[in-house]
Amino acid sequence: MTAKRLMTLSELPMGQEGTVSSGPFAADGGTVEQETALRLFEIGFIDGERVRVVARGYPGGEPLAVRVGDTMFALRRFEAERVLVTPVCETAP
Amino acid sequence: MSAATATLRLALLGKPNCGKTALFNLLTGSRQKVANYPGVTVDRKEGQFTTPAGRKFRVLDLPGAYSLNALSIDEEITRDVVLGRLDDEPRPDLIVCVSDATNLKLNLRLVLEVRRLGVPMILALNMTDLAKRRGIVIDVPALARELAMPVVSTVAIQGGGANELIRQLETSLAESGAPAAAWLPPDVADVSATQREVRRILAATVSQPAVDTRLDDRIDRVVLHPVWGMLILAATLFLMFQAVFSWASLPMELIKEGVAVIGQSVGEWMPDTILRSLLVDGIIAGVGSVLVFLPQILILFLFILALEDSGYLPRAAFLLDRLMGTVGLSGRSFIPLLSSFACAIPGIMAARTISNWRDRLTTIMIAPLMTCSARLPVYALIIAAFIPETTVAGVFNLQGLVLFGLYVGGVASAMAVAGVLRLAAGKGVQSPLMLELPSYRWPHGRSLLLGLLERARIFIRRVGGIILSLMVVLWFLSSFPAAPEGASGPAIQYSYAGMLGRALEVVLAPIGFNWQISIALVPGMAAREVAVGALGTVYALSAAGDDVADQLLPMLAASWSLPTAFALLAWYVFSPQCLSTLAVVRRETNSWRYPLLMAAYLFALAYGAAFVTYRVALILTGG
Repeated sequence: MTAKRLMTLSELPMGQEGTVSSGPFAADGGTVEQETALRLFEIGFIDGERVRVVARGYPGGEPLAVRVGDTMFALRRFEAERVLVTPVCETAP
Repeated sequence: MSAATATLRLALLGKPNCGKTALFNLLTGSRQKVANYPGVTVDRKEGQFTTPAGRKFRVLDLPGAYSLNALSIDEEITRDVVLGRLDDEPRPDLIVCVSDATNLKLNLRLVLEVRRLGVPMILALNMTDLAKRRGIVIDVPALARELAMPVVSTVAIQGGGANELIRQLETSLAESGAPAAAWLPPDVADVSATQREVRRILAATVSQPAVDTRLDDRIDRVVLHPVWGMLILAATLFLMFQAVFSWASLPMELIKEGVAVIGQSVGEWMPDTILRSLLVDGIIAGVGSVLVFLPQILILFLFILALEDSGYLPRAAFLLDRLMGTVGLSGRSFIPLLSSFACAIPGIMAARTISNWRDRLTTIMIAPLMTCSARLPVYALIIAAFIPETTVAGVFNLQGLVLFGLYVGGVASAMAVAGVLRLAAGKGVQSPLMLELPSYRWPHGRSLLLGLLERARIFIRRVGGIILSLMVVLWFLSSFPAAPEGASGPAIQYSYAGMLGRALEVVLAPIGFNWQISIALVPGMAAREVAVGALGTVYALSAAGDDVADQLLPMLAASWSLPTAFALLAWYVFSPQCLSTLAVVRRETNSWRYPLLMAAYLFALAYGAAFVTYRVALILTGG
């Protein structure tokens, strides 16, 4: 599977590199969602940025520890779902 | 040269963990004043310093903020100060933006956002020593050109690390007076544009080898692991509480000996007057019995400060997020709650970094259930008097285990209360976590030492101030009126304190408290640890002899039953006795409703728990 596949950050497998494809978006225009999306933008979840999920909480796979650029943030699943990523295929030619 | 003589207002701005406060300490040294911003309990830290050339500055250490688009009260204050929106807080003449040089990417956006306001600015690249070690090369002159502001390198944790900034402050003329540009909350397009600009500037000025996060990641694979991480967290906390008991025993012994020697020599040197009684029974016995717990409190703080410095605390918050989520809290509540183990007041104040009001309120309400260091003297006294100092399973100290159990009891009940509050409030909206997990650092010896000295100073000032005066009042109440001629019992029984204790005993007898304990609980309202000193005073005055300070333990062991001791321990897990905590809750929530509710529910829990404990222990011990 070398085709580019878009997924949300919360679906990115642990340890897999990805790049942010479409920065945070406010899915259903509530205030909290918009604020969340804007802050994600401000802390660096912007197009082309490299991200990697370093750890996941238990149970339920949240929160996620996400390395973004040179920083690491703990995000809840609903936050991670606001970021679209493309997995980087390590073996791509 | 009027500019050189007028005092300029300088504000330090930056995101959390950028070393802003360390830089503030370096600049202002001990010339600091901590107060509150009007209406809220956000710390307002101001200090002064004068440059070698005689230019005077008033330095404000703003609360950490990622953005002017505020999500928490801390960030709101920072925004309002920077924009000059607060009535009693004029807009700063000069802003020093403090930025972690190892992570400019995350910091520059704020710099650009604030630059638009048109206030004179300096960018301080902090932690440049660390950046150099990581091979990060920053073209400082180019960065200054790009940003159109002076850029200086600082190392806030090093003596002289702010010299370059101070030199810059000598030369840069703050041209204040220009009206601030209007600020509007940015939208997504604004933020994207700013982020693109950040990337362009970084590309032009910073060369950075691929960040080597391998070591951090390898550590995190274990530390953040659902199983291993939890084990490490449990072990760390357990070690912390064991250390509080075993490391402190020697210094505590020394303090105890010292107090006894002082009491004895004063007793021998002074004639047997009322003044001697005040000095020996009231002040030396009372204050000494509280002072003895200084080593334990310092060890507790040493752990908390070291864990904070190393970057471990937010990771513990990560691990506990889900667990705390089951009772409707987030991992963000972990740090305020951990601080509450030292004292509920900074804990409750730390809760303001929680942006969700309901999470914040729940955190505030359960913070007093975390065993604060003021309860430690009470626990320590009762444990030392009633729990044998034996070794369990070869390594564990039984006294340490009991102490650990009491802490666990507090945490468990806090979780239960949070769960009940959640049920009462219904399901709310999901709140964001977005917690930065900073890279690991070795705790810095000098800043640990400074933090500990600060704690020791606060504790000793408390002992010398409120505790000392309560001891004197209590001594007075316990000594007057004097026993009638030919009285058979100890004098204190006939005193005001004795009467008060007897009145309270009616209420407290069902949970096994005698009148001595009842008296001690009264001054304990002002500060919990006073209860220990109060017991010291009460028992010193009811004892016949002169030898007092070091006799409290055997005296308690002889005069209390085991069920009474356990009931008092259970009482103190919940006891609402701390007026300053209630006052802070009143200020933080801006209403009397929550502190009253807090006092009521804590009292009910304390009474209930002590009652059950007492009755069960009575049955088990065959009473």
